[in-house]
Amino acid sequence: MALIVEQVLNGLQLGVTLFLLAAGLTLVFGIMGVINLAHGSLYMIGAFAAALVAQAAGSWWLGLLAGVAAAAITGMLIELVVLRRLYARNHLDQVLATFGLILFFNQGITILFGRQPLMVALPAGFQGSIEIWPGIPYPSFRLLVIAVGLLVAAGLWFLIQRTRAGMLVRAGATHREMVRALGVDVRLLYTLVFGLGALLAGLAGVMTGPIGNVQVGMGEQILILTFVVVVIGGIGSVRGALLGALLVGVVQTLLSGFVPGWLRQVMPGSEADALGAALSSMGVYVLMAVVLLWRPRGLFVPHA
Amino acid sequence: MRNAVWLGILLAAAVALPWAAEAAGQPATIGLATRILCLGIAAASLNLILGHGGMVSFGHAAYYGLGAYTVGILWEHFRLGEPLWGLIPGTNQLLITLPVSVLVSGVVAAAIGALSLRTTGVQFIMITLAFAQMLFFLFVGLKAYGGDDGLLIRRRNIVPGLDLREQDQLYWLCLGLLVAWLTLQWRIVGSRFGRVLEGIRQNERRMAAIGIATYRYKLAAFTIAGMGCGLAGALTANYLRFVSPDLMAWQKSGEIMVMVILGGVGTLLGPVIGAAALVGLEYALGGVTEHWQFFLGPILLAVVLFAPGGIMGLFRRG
Amino acid sequence: MAEPVLRVQGLVKRFGGLTATDDFALDVQPGELHALIGPNGAGKTTLIGQLTGEIRPDAGRIVFLGEDIIRLPVAARVKRGLARSFQIVQLLDDDTALANVALAVQARAGHSFRFWRSAARDPALLAPARALLAQVGLERAQTRVADLSHGERKVLELAVALAARPRLLLLDEPMAGLGAAESLRMTETLRALKGQFAILLVEHDMDAVFALADRITVLVYGRAIATGAADAIRADPAVQEAYLSEEAA
Repeated sequence: MALIVEQVLNGLQLGVTLFLLAAGLTLVFGIMGVINLAHGSLYMIGAFAAALVAQAAGSWWLGLLAGVAAAAITGMLIELVVLRRLYARNHLDQVLATFGLILFFNQGITILFGRQPLMVALPAGFQGSIEIWPGIPYPSFRLLVIAVGLLVAAGLWFLIQRTRAGMLVRAGATHREMVRALGVDVRLLYTLVFGLGALLAGLAGVMTGPIGNVQVGMGEQILILTFVVVVIGGIGSVRGALLGALLVGVVQTLLSGFVPGWLRQVMPGSEADALGAALSSMGVYVLMAVVLLWRPRGLFVPHA
Repeated sequence: MRNAVWLGILLAAAVALPWAAEAAGQPATIGLATRILCLGIAAASLNLILGHGGMVSFGHAAYYGLGAYTVGILWEHFRLGEPLWGLIPGTNQLLITLPVSVLVSGVVAAAIGALSLRTTGVQFIMITLAFAQMLFFLFVGLKAYGGDDGLLIRRRNIVPGLDLREQDQLYWLCLGLLVAWLTLQWRIVGSRFGRVLEGIRQNERRMAAIGIATYRYKLAAFTIAGMGCGLAGALTANYLRFVSPDLMAWQKSGEIMVMVILGGVGTLLGPVIGAAALVGLEYALGGVTEHWQFFLGPILLAVVLFAPGGIMGLFRRG
Repeated sequence: MAEPVLRVQGLVKRFGGLTATDDFALDVQPGELHALIGPNGAGKTTLIGQLTGEIRPDAGRIVFLGEDIIRLPVAARVKRGLARSFQIVQLLDDDTALANVALAVQARAGHSFRFWRSAARDPALLAPARALLAQVGLERAQTRVADLSHGERKVLELAVALAARPRLLLLDEPMAGLGAAESLRMTETLRALKGQFAILLVEHDMDAVFALADRITVLVYGRAIATGAADAIRADPAVQEAYLSEEAA
């Protein structure tokens, strides 16, 4: 029982991290029609900036600020210099160009900081555990991650549904020309949306820092999962991204938590672990394939 | 006509390459060229669906890996002397392993395609990626065949009349198969089937409105492309004498796609030239700095921004 | 009366709260040129989508040559002889006009699982394609579609539809966007085709409709409010009201 609760919470924590990444990706997909493979690089840049500033300044919270700022600024630069020229191109060109960006950022980070993973200390006040249920302690930092993720989800919902900027974002996805006709500077809107997506990706990287390793390649590992989330949720739908992210996070965590154990009852330990890890990694892709075969455009299709 | 002359010169140069490399004291070039030929077949096969059919598969390396693993697994059972599932004996005969690789890749491609082709656009890109990832993790988990660490093939396959342990003989075999595959693909593209495929790329709605049930043609093309990539994988396994899940990782799918776009989508030789350019760049930049990808990234970017149509596009304009 | 080529009964399609097709009925007789007219927003596009198979109706029957085709996909309907042209031309822009028609001829000829012989010089495809281009009067056969004028593309669209050897040809606004002279020429082309097979003509150009149609059906808010010969339709008070109210609005 305690194990299940813990695994579900771990799944939620992975889920909100995926949501932070998927929200930006799905907005950029839905509004500008761009496949951005380099979204994972922003996650990595946020994590690195946060880790370095936290080490130097001795404050995790300063690192947090530095991480989201670095990611947001890099994101807007990418939009201004590269992606802006790709909106009218086909998916193939976008894939190739952003693939090039991945190589550039990964090697750039390697040149600057090497391949050794950076360790990030837990922020003061979040080093211990909280007893969430009698007899079930849970690390308080992971609870913080879940809380931040859900807060961001609520904030995004408010921003998109209740503000003028959000209305423009929603309209921009379906009626680009009309928004332009209203005298809105679509280019600025796009840059800002991209910046927001980058900021959220950076935030995800910062929050992952103290839990996992901060290293080159971390972006691509999670990028593929993020694409799975976006496609399951329905491209362009933030609501779908949230649901898809929590679904993928929980399914992934529960499978890797329990499948090796079940297998170990029927085969030798090392083989069971390897096969179990493989099967649980396959799980989310099976989930995605099933969802797409059932609903070829994902769970939520925004607008018509 | 002028094209035919150029093709002839190119082919003659390719045939003569091993001798030239030996004469120049650069025998390592032969290995590099063999790698280009294998990847060239893989990229050309992707081009059939991507360039001529408009199907952007992001999981094409799955068939590359399957072709390679077929050779590896048949070798492993041959080495151990125990049949697979107690039924299928292992072998190291190239005349058996190649067709079996092509067949296995084709069957899997047909199954994956049958499901994936129910979607289009970005969803198609992602579902093909998802199936490739499933296969990737499956082979990572198969401890019997090395799992994560991969599988060594201690000796290359045997084929009557050739000695594949000799670098240049393996090279010529790969060259012959590349030429055969490109010829086949050239005929397919110009045939009635190819016309339908091209029509689907340009306007699928129109194709339905002239009475063509597009799904079965897309599936046939997807299967043929998978078979071609399986062939490329089988040759690669022989060249490397090693197979591992990395051969079907998503990065490999991305790399094959980059070759097609870099060389020129929808052209006959573009994918091969793209393969040569990417492997060549890797080799040249890799000789200068270990951080060669730092420079390759911006080069790819520049190709997209300033040279749409890839390298073949540059030729055509020039 | 002979067995109709096409008989539509009780067709219903709803989008959310909006009923786009409302208990629609229609029959098209062999050899007849039947025009379908209606003010903007009457539901013509939705109706065409259901007849061709791109949109699935919520209820009703579509019987074509004695067979209920309501569950058949687009391509299967075309194979049975229900060909169509598009209002917004749908052509292969990178190919020549001739190649477009040749591909349609190829589709008519049967399956296309032939992988080796070149299709580009196949006389079995090119000869009928050239004949069709001559029939509609398109001269620039070797010009890429992207370089053709709008009028030429509309004519090519017709040739591609004819390549299917239709038993019923569904023409979706063939005059749309044409100049006066081009419209007249298209009218003459259609007059020459009349009688060879049944034609269902959806059109806004009333001059063309009244010049060509044997019978006219008027569609308003997804319902067929009147069907009859040209004079009867002109005199019908319900039709006059539907059109006048649109102009007043």
